[in-house]
Amino acid sequence: MVKIPYYPGCAVQTTARNYSISGIAVAKKLGIELVELPKWNCCGVFPSLATDDLMRHLAPIRNLIHVQEMNENGIVQNENRVITFCSMCYHTLKEANLFLKDAEKMEKINTFLEREKEFVGGVKEGYKGGVEALDFLEVLRDIVGYDRITKEVKKPLKGLKVAPYYGCLVLRPREIGIDDPENPTILEDILEALGAEVIDNPNRTQCCGSYHTVDRKDIVAKLTYDNLVYPIRNGAEVIVTCCPLCTFNLDHRQKEARKLRRDLQEIPVMYYTQLMAIAFGLDKQFWGVDLGLHYVDPKPLLKAKNLY
Amino acid sequence: MTEAEREIKEKVRIYIMGREYKVPAGLTIMKAMEYAGYRFIRSSGCRGGFCGACATIYRVKGDYKLRMALACQETVEDGMYISQIPFTPAEKPIYNLEELSPSANVFLEYYPEIAKCVSCNTCTKACPQDLEVMDYVQAALRGDFQEVASLSFDCIACGLCATRCPAEIVPYNIALLARRLYGKYVMPKAKHVEERIKEIESGKFNEEIQKLMDTGLRDLKEIYEKREIEPE
Repeated sequence: MVKIPYYPGCAVQTTARNYSISGIAVAKKLGIELVELPKWNCCGVFPSLATDDLMRHLAPIRNLIHVQEMNENGIVQNENRVITFCSMCYHTLKEANLFLKDAEKMEKINTFLEREKEFVGGVKEGYKGGVEALDFLEVLRDIVGYDRITKEVKKPLKGLKVAPYYGCLVLRPREIGIDDPENPTILEDILEALGAEVIDNPNRTQCCGSYHTVDRKDIVAKLTYDNLVYPIRNGAEVIVTCCPLCTFNLDHRQKEARKLRRDLQEIPVMYYTQLMAIAFGLDKQFWGVDLGLHYVDPKPLLKAKNLY
Repeated sequence: MTEAEREIKEKVRIYIMGREYKVPAGLTIMKAMEYAGYRFIRSSGCRGGFCGACATIYRVKGDYKLRMALACQETVEDGMYISQIPFTPAEKPIYNLEELSPSANVFLEYYPEIAKCVSCNTCTKACPQDLEVMDYVQAALRGDFQEVASLSFDCIACGLCATRCPAEIVPYNIALLARRLYGKYVMPKAKHVEERIKEIESGKFNEEIQKLMDTGLRDLKEIYEKREIEPE
């Protein structure tokens, strides 16, 4: 069992618990123990795009420092990688590292942080660089490998028609993306390794509407309609996602989308880790389908496919 | 030692709202202000570092940093510029605890500005109680009210964190909400308190209280002075 630091972020601890519960169990099955950072704060959400806006990068940098501390405290040994499930968290952590490639910015940030030493609750050391943020999808592709995933499958998802949806944060910009920004295959490859039938989703890299979901539900409802109607026409029975924000918009905004366009039929939205937990034959408590977090309940479909 | 040197050794020069005073070294800010002739009609409470009424901002000559302290706890330094914050007019939403549930979204509902936290830690630097303020704001952001309650337990609500936050967050009121929720919904109920309340309601102590009520001031003072004090 290899121990790797794990940064949860707020979403997978609350509204997307089904993602982390299934993901942690799947990782364990594949020989990876995800060790939660003893102390962590918000990932920073949207990094500032202003070149000199150092303050907005403090949050992710603090988290990278906490990974550094885990090594110094012996919680992990020489492990400079940190794994996330949430695409947003992955994105900001990786973005912060790119930002700090500029030595002058790194120095400015560390000068600010080193003034905290004298305070209880302050970081004791600046960021030395070199902590690598990994999305769990990358871990599955590059560390675990698809063959190993296939080996763990106890209940192949035969006949389950699944359409992947990526959103933007794990794909764009190219320097941050984990796969081809226009034509990714990582979710498809994992789903095939699980024995599912992958359905083409022409909208899989489109925008989900992001935080417009808070005060402009109409915009998100329109996008949700577009993002669901094409894969449904292609025969999809379930949409598979990797980002809590995309998932919320695709799943919960179906209510508003169906008010907008009555021809939209309901379709469950699940994290790829949930399908992995099911295919691996893990205990139901690790599937994350009984937590009341899904707007469209996936259980009727799973029952129809003899999976639940 | 010349007269001037002796004076410098025993007294320090402080500036209260811009005006210079020489006060004996070793006094707390609060006592130094009283020495200088100020009488506190507010910004003073327990004088023991517990009530949070005497939030003070100061700067020391030659240093650019504004520092925070409780006037009853911090000792005066030579060249201190002192100003008191009698009251922090911070946001304080009204809620009914009976109608709240300890859910993850309760903080975002009443204090949506917590989502603006950039993790700068300025609040932590401002805290005279040495609390990890930013960490409990972050715990609130992810709905972990148990963690908020535990990290903020020693908060005295002086309000200094709120005056410094660049995102206009009110950490101390958020912490209060967390501790209220924690106390109401999570913490195990104290059995002995419930029993004592029953005893009080059944009138067990009425006679004793009545006896005290009927006692004259002089006797009452004597009883007070002779009272049993629990060892620390």
